[in-house]
Amino acid sequence: MNGSVLELDLDFDAFSGPFDLLLALVLREELELVEVPIVDVVLAYLVQLEGAEEIDLESLSEFLVLVAALCELKSRLLVDADAEDEEELDAESAAEELALRLAEYQRFKRAAEWLAGQRAAAGLRVFRRGPAPYAPPRPAAPLVEEQPGRLAEAILHLLEPPQRVDTTTIRRRAVAMRPFVERFRMLVRGRGGFVFDDEVAGLERGAQAAAFVALLELIKRGEARASQAELFAPIRVGRDEKTMRISAQVLDATEAVA
Amino acid sequence: MSDDLVSICEALLFVAGDPLTLPELAAAAEADEDAVQAALTELERRLTERGAGVVLDRTGPRLGLRAAPGAPAEAASRLQERAPERGLSPAALEALAVVAYLQPIGRPEIARIRGVSSDAVVAGLLERELIEEAGRGDGLGAPVLYRTTTVFERIFGLEEGLEGLPRLETADDEVDGAELRQRLHAVAAERG
Repeated sequence: MNGSVLELDLDFDAFSGPFDLLLALVLREELELVEVPIVDVVLAYLVQLEGAEEIDLESLSEFLVLVAALCELKSRLLVDADAEDEEELDAESAAEELALRLAEYQRFKRAAEWLAGQRAAAGLRVFRRGPAPYAPPRPAAPLVEEQPGRLAEAILHLLEPPQRVDTTTIRRRAVAMRPFVERFRMLVRGRGGFVFDDEVAGLERGAQAAAFVALLELIKRGEARASQAELFAPIRVGRDEKTMRISAQVLDATEAVA
Repeated sequence: MSDDLVSICEALLFVAGDPLTLPELAAAAEADEDAVQAALTELERRLTERGAGVVLDRTGPRLGLRAAPGAPAEAASRLQERAPERGLSPAALEALAVVAYLQPIGRPEIARIRGVSSDAVVAGLLERELIEEAGRGDGLGAPVLYRTTTVFERIFGLEEGLEGLPRLETADDEVDGAELRQRLHAVAAERG
């Protein structure tokens, strides 16, 4: 990997050059951040990462900070741009909007005037005020039959103090990946493939994760390939035929040389 | 026509706080509705004839007694604090008109139409029992919705209830809408 993320080479419509130049141009407002596809910057970085033998954590976090800042700036620009659009309603539309609102208000103002006239015509009307003594009483809501015993049972659980967690020693949980790599390699070579889900069924979460990383490792090394019919369907692991062919060719070549 | 039924109807209307419907009156009087209807007509005639301090009030399907117009009503009105029939400002009438036509409606919508905050006028209308709560809306913050009450219909003499409200003018009916538009557009042209 190059020395710094700042040397990351970028190439898209609005800009072509190193990442630090892009930042400088954006900060000097010579380049519109709105035109910079941040996702492409991230993709370019990922490609660079893939080719790297070692991951430089410092450089990685520097990149994360820079990209996060760019995302924030860009989203602000996008949101503010919309707000400005709204404010900058042209005078004609503003007049139309206002006319509509005033017309609506006028209608109710006239209705209020009609009410005032109606009240004057009706004269002073004074009624007895107070609750109706003979209004039919509201039917009481039927109560569900309750069993107090069940309530007590439920509350009893809450009264039990929770088990104390012993924090005097915290054991480090380690899950080895190597046994998975070896087992999967054996399965791929011996049986030609396996169903990942069957292999990890019943294992605890940490072990499952380790098994998955092991699988990814095998795929990365070109020893296996994985496929899935759809999202969350069982993962089927098989031999990577292409790699096998190349290996065979290499073997042939070696034999020939020998 | 039994004199008893006339007296019974008078007593029922006197003790009831809210106006009663014909079936309610008939049930309490243990008489059929036609007989009660006839008794009410007779009661109305007698009250007028003897210049009683109360008159029969018919608002929509409901019947009740109210203070006779003139001096009795004036005096009765003085007796009540914050009487619904007194002191309604133009602002309160506007808010009341909005509720009457668009009910159930929340405070934010009333304020939007009137262009000013309507919290105080709505509170005044509630206190006068001209409007009442009618659940909560789906909008932002689930605002309390309001509707008009029978007191509103009685005070404003809406004998057919809300059906008695005239049709709200539509945009096409505006008399001065076109002129208003012209003036606003003229201002816009100056600015633009």
